[in-house]
Amino acid sequence: MQKTSIMSAHDVERSLTRMALQVMEDNRGIKKLALIGIHTGGVFLADRLQKIIQEHEGLNLPVGYLDITLYRDDWSLVSQNPIVKKTDIPFSVEEYTLVLVDDVLYTGRTIRAALDAIMDLGRPRVIQLAVLINRKCGRELPIEPNYRGLDVQKSVTDHIHVILHESGEHDEVVLESDP
Amino acid sequence: METQYRFQKKHILGIEDLSPEDISFILDAADSFKEISQRSIKKVPTLRGKTVIHLFFEPSTRTRLSFEIAAKRMSADTFNISASTSSAQKGETLVDTARNLTSMNPDIIVIRHSSSGSPHLLAKHIGASVINAGDGTHEHPSQALLDMLTVRENKGQLKDLKIAIIGDIIHSRVAHSNIIGFTKMGAHVHVSGPATLIPPGIEKMGATVCHKVEEAIEDADVVMALRIQKERQFDPLFPSLREYAICFGVNDTRIQSAKPDAIIMHPGPINRGVEMTCEVADGKRSVIMDQVTNGVAVRMALLYLIMGGEDR
Amino acid sequence: MTTKPLLLKNGRIIDPANNIDQQGDILIINNQIARKGKSGTLSCPDNGRIVDLNGKWIVPGLIDMHVHLREPGEEYKETIASGTQAAAAGGFTAVACMPNTNPVNDCQTVTSFILAKAEKEGSARVYPVGAISKSSSGTELAEFGEMKEAGVVAVSDDGRPVANSQLMRRALEYSSNHNLLVISHSEEMSLSQNGAMNDGILSTRLGLRGIPRVAEEIMVYRDLALAEYVGRPVHIAHMSTRESVDLVRRAKAKGCKVSAETAPHYFSLSEEAIGLYDTKAKMNPPLRTHDDMLAIRDGLRDGTIDAIATDHAPHSVMEKDVEFDQAANGIIGLETAVPLTLALVNKNILTPSRMIELLSVNPARILRVEGGTLSEGKIADITVIDPEKKFVYSKEGIVSKSKNSPFLNWELTGKAVLTILGGKITFSDLEI
Repeated sequence: MQKTSIMSAHDVERSLTRMALQVMEDNRGIKKLALIGIHTGGVFLADRLQKIIQEHEGLNLPVGYLDITLYRDDWSLVSQNPIVKKTDIPFSVEEYTLVLVDDVLYTGRTIRAALDAIMDLGRPRVIQLAVLINRKCGRELPIEPNYRGLDVQKSVTDHIHVILHESGEHDEVVLESDP
Repeated sequence: METQYRFQKKHILGIEDLSPEDISFILDAADSFKEISQRSIKKVPTLRGKTVIHLFFEPSTRTRLSFEIAAKRMSADTFNISASTSSAQKGETLVDTARNLTSMNPDIIVIRHSSSGSPHLLAKHIGASVINAGDGTHEHPSQALLDMLTVRENKGQLKDLKIAIIGDIIHSRVAHSNIIGFTKMGAHVHVSGPATLIPPGIEKMGATVCHKVEEAIEDADVVMALRIQKERQFDPLFPSLREYAICFGVNDTRIQSAKPDAIIMHPGPINRGVEMTCEVADGKRSVIMDQVTNGVAVRMALLYLIMGGEDR
Repeated sequence: MTTKPLLLKNGRIIDPANNIDQQGDILIINNQIARKGKSGTLSCPDNGRIVDLNGKWIVPGLIDMHVHLREPGEEYKETIASGTQAAAAGGFTAVACMPNTNPVNDCQTVTSFILAKAEKEGSARVYPVGAISKSSSGTELAEFGEMKEAGVVAVSDDGRPVANSQLMRRALEYSSNHNLLVISHSEEMSLSQNGAMNDGILSTRLGLRGIPRVAEEIMVYRDLALAEYVGRPVHIAHMSTRESVDLVRRAKAKGCKVSAETAPHYFSLSEEAIGLYDTKAKMNPPLRTHDDMLAIRDGLRDGTIDAIATDHAPHSVMEKDVEFDQAANGIIGLETAVPLTLALVNKNILTPSRMIELLSVNPARILRVEGGTLSEGKIADITVIDPEKKFVYSKEGIVSKSKNSPFLNWELTGKAVLTILGGKITFSDLEI
């Protein structure tokens, strides 16, 4: 197993800042704008984006957290129970422009589940997608991100680990590949 | 990474079979499921296409409704079979019923039956997961789990709490499951009631027996009164309901000695004025309605966990 | 009918009635024990068969004084034919069958029916036990005189107690006119009704209604007291508790005419055998605690308990593959009694002679029937036991019609390998 670092802590910080600014640019003048982090990595990233936006724009965007376990389509295939985390969206999603935040976009199935989960909560005006890593190979559904940190062109046999300081020691994105 | 805990139960037959880790895991999951019932669309697609059969050989309103709501909110297809034990005795045996059900290929069977151990018998003869929704005077695991969830929510923990359970212990599967469950989680269970309603050897299950209700309630964090189950009594076990209310009923005076922030529970349905006065049941400390709400969340968690608990 | 002479050679002859335990030969001619002698001293007539029994025990035919043959009425569970075949396979040459058939054996018609069937189809001697009360309903005495005339050897309402003390007293008194033994099923129903297992922590854990030990002990005491008061013998059936053993021990010390039996399950199992609702371990009286089991063993050893009787109670899956509290009481026992009792011999609790007293000599004495001895000139009811033979007690191998045994799939040691009834082989597991 060969490990390569593809993003340093600094890279992550810079990408997130850029993404935050892009979110604001694209949604200029939108009153009802909110961030929804998908458990677990997306939750940390949504919090960070919210902080960066606050620092740069002085705007305090509402943030919600979404657990999509119960909406997964591979649910019966998993041999063990994924832990169901709390969905906590402290505002009505009606008429909102929502930015879904996740760490990696790969097959697209997580986002499909997240879209279904959101729709069960109400009818947002717009849903956008922000991901730190956009894996270009292996997509199984027609889903593309509006905002991305880094595009990665790697084969499906590789694994990408997004390590965030909230759960690890420092930010880093690591590529694992079989030589 | 250290070896991760896995929930591996295929059936939920009793609290006796669950480890403290299992119980915590179920309560955590149930906690996450509560939010779904607050939504305007109270449904998740998780158990779409799964079949849950509710096989009730005993009349039940709240438990069956609670299980049914839980299954429906998980998008399972649910079917209810109600049969009185007496008609089953005349015709089809439980084993025959199990065989018939097997041919319908259900995923989960929720069973309530007046005979202790009938969920075990069913589990032996059927491929589906079995959830015990109350068997005779043996166990009622989902009720104990919702009680533990309610206490944990209100007290932040279960460990070291004093839990007083008052009343008909011997006929109460709720009491049995709660004594086992709370004890496993590190709480101290004290039971009291007419000595004729205290089963032999209950101390060995972890409960402390108090002859006076007041001793059990003193400094308790939780006071739980049990329903007097007139239908399970074969012989006179106490002189009258009137004397029971006077000597053993949970009333305002008796709960004075509990901790000031003690909560009051009852698995329902309540015989008001017998095991508990209206003032207590409807008072500020009562969490009886929380119990009902938590019941749905716990049952959703159980359905979810046992469907994923086994490599199918 | 005459059979060919049969010489049993080189066996260990255990004949407690004659105080014999030594290697020897037995010659059977014309249904009788013709000669008995040291090994190699007997020769077989020319037309006879010789069986070498080196390493095996030759004992008087075993007598089970407490079985349920289910016929008439419940022939799907057992018949006189199948039950006596099971008896022969277990080493028994005689059984006493309890009256709780349908109809109850409370009159000479039923008694005669049983005896006629046994005569025609039986593989063992059948001694019917008549009911104490009509229909065993506990209200009025059955016709002891007529039943005795028809052939009953004792009376009992087994399966249920005689709840009314006055009726029990009258039964004990009236039995003297007909020289009948009264067998007590000792159970105080107001304490035991609806119970499914021993009362205690385990019944609490399993949520099953308990049968307290005192339900048995109170009635053992009552019947001992009544028997002493009217000066008549009484036999206590299937004892299961320590205190019951003590009560009988004290009564015997006082010189009362009391005898008692227990069943192999009470000295082999405790209530833990129920596990998670195994109805094959459900019987009445219920399996008790480990301590009770030890007390039963003591009673067998010191002579307080006179007999081992199996309480062979066949039931089909219809009665057993159901909810525990609704399952029928009772287990089959004829084919496991020998190895289970031998286990006590191997544990040095019983001597081989004591074992044979419990399974043959004493039942014959208590019921006052033939057998229980290997004296020359007596009827040739003989059992050969291989004390070393190991076998797995499997469903497929069971001779009884019913398979309700908690010992299923146990590896057992010791087995009856040859059963001879009146000189005729009724069961053989030997190559001859």
